[in-house]
Amino acid sequence: MRSGDTVMLAARGLRKEYGRDDGLVRAVDGVDLEVLQGETVAVMGPSGCGKSTLLHLLGGLDRATGGEIWLAGKRIDRMRERGMAAIRRAGVGFVFQAFHLMDELTAIENVELPALLAGRPPRAARRRAAELLDRVGLADRARHLPSQLSGGQRQRVAIARALTNEPLIVLADEPTGNLDSEATLDVLRLFEQLNGAGQTLVIVTHDPRIAATADRLIGMRDGAFIDETRLTGVTGKRDTASSFGTLVNLDG
Amino acid sequence: MQQEVVLALLAKEPAHGYQLRARLRQALGPLGDAMNDGQVYVTLARLERSGQVTCERAAGDPDRPDRKVYGLTAAGHRRVADWLAEVSWPKPDLAEFHLKLLAAAAARLADPIAIVDAQRRELLRRLRDAERAAMAEPEGSEPALLFDGIVLRLQADLRWLEACERVWTRRRSGRG
Repeated sequence: MRSGDTVMLAARGLRKEYGRDDGLVRAVDGVDLEVLQGETVAVMGPSGCGKSTLLHLLGGLDRATGGEIWLAGKRIDRMRERGMAAIRRAGVGFVFQAFHLMDELTAIENVELPALLAGRPPRAARRRAAELLDRVGLADRARHLPSQLSGGQRQRVAIARALTNEPLIVLADEPTGNLDSEATLDVLRLFEQLNGAGQTLVIVTHDPRIAATADRLIGMRDGAFIDETRLTGVTGKRDTASSFGTLVNLDG
Repeated sequence: MQQEVVLALLAKEPAHGYQLRARLRQALGPLGDAMNDGQVYVTLARLERSGQVTCERAAGDPDRPDRKVYGLTAAGHRRVADWLAEVSWPKPDLAEFHLKLLAAAAARLADPIAIVDAQRRELLRRLRDAERAAMAEPEGSEPALLFDGIVLRLQADLRWLEACERVWTRRRSGRG
C-alpha cells in the first residue's frame, strides 16, 4: 500500500551522545534511515541498544547531538521548540509501552485530547474520537476510565489517541511490552490494519511477534544498525502450509 | 500417529469420508487446505484392510466413495483408547543447527553469526506467516489455538537464536 516511493521520514548520520570523555555514551551512533510513505518498519534489538532513544529523536521528544531528521520533506531537527511542539502534536503519533493515558480522563476524553490541544472544535474532536474508538473495537468502552480497562484495551485507546490528528507517521515504543499473548494479538491486528490503510509506522521493539508484522526489519546493536531484512515485497505472501508443513501426515 | 487421527475422528460415530475431511479442515484451518483429499481415503482403505475400520455402502450410487460410511471395529476403538492414553510429544531437534555453528566456527568456513542471522530471518518470516494466519482466524477458534502453539514455539526458537548470537559473538571477539 505504498504511495509511490515518497520518503516520509529520513534520518542521516543521526547521533545522540550523553556524558563526555571517558563517560561518553553513544546511545545512537550514526544512524541512516529512510521510511517510505505507507511502510511499516520495525527496529529490533536488545534493551539498551539505543532503539528507544532513536525513536524519541525521530519524534522530536529529544534533541540529537548530530545528524539530520526529515519529516515529509521538511528538516525538523533544527526547528525551534514551538515548531517541534507542533510536529509532535500533529505530525507524529506516539504509542508507548506503558500506554501513558490520563488516568482521570475517560477513554474518549483521552482520544480527543490531542485534537482539542491542536485547537479543533470540541464537537469535531468528539466525533473523531468516537470514530477512532470504534475502529479499535472499543466503542462500548468510551466512557470507561483507564483503570476500568484491561492492558490490551488501554493500548488500543492509546493507539486511537495516536491517530487523532491524522499523523504523518506513528512511532511506537515496545507497544506490546506490557501485554499478554491475546492482547498482543489484538495490537498486532490493529497495526496490520493501519499498515493496510497506508499509515506509515515505525516500531521499536524486542518482541519478535510485532517485529514480524513489519514490511522491513532493522537490527540494532550498540546504537547502530547492523542488518536489514525485508519481510514483504520480495517473496510476497507465502502459502501457510508451505511454512509449517501439513502437520498431520495421513500417509503413515 | 497419523492413522490414529483418522480413527479418532470416527470414535464418536460413523461418518462419510467427506465428513472426516471437513472435520480436519475445521480443526486445522488453512493448514488443512494443504491436505490431499485422497490421503483420507488411502488411510481409510488401509485401516479397513487391517480390520480397524468397517465400511458400509449407503443407499444411492454404490460406485462413489463419498457414499461409503466408515465406522470403528472393536480393534479400532482399542487403538483410539491407547492413543489417547499415550504420552508423546515432538522432541525439539536443535542438535543439527548447533553442530552446524560449531563446524562453521571450527573450520572457519562460515561465520556462525551470519548463519544465526540467516536462520533468524527465516524464523521471523515464518512467525509473520503464523501471526497473519492466526489473525485471520476468529478468536478462540480451533485453528487460532493451533497457530498460538506455532507462534509460541517460533518465539522460543528465536530466543534460543539470541542466546546463540550472544555466545558466538563473545567467542568471536575472544572473550568466550
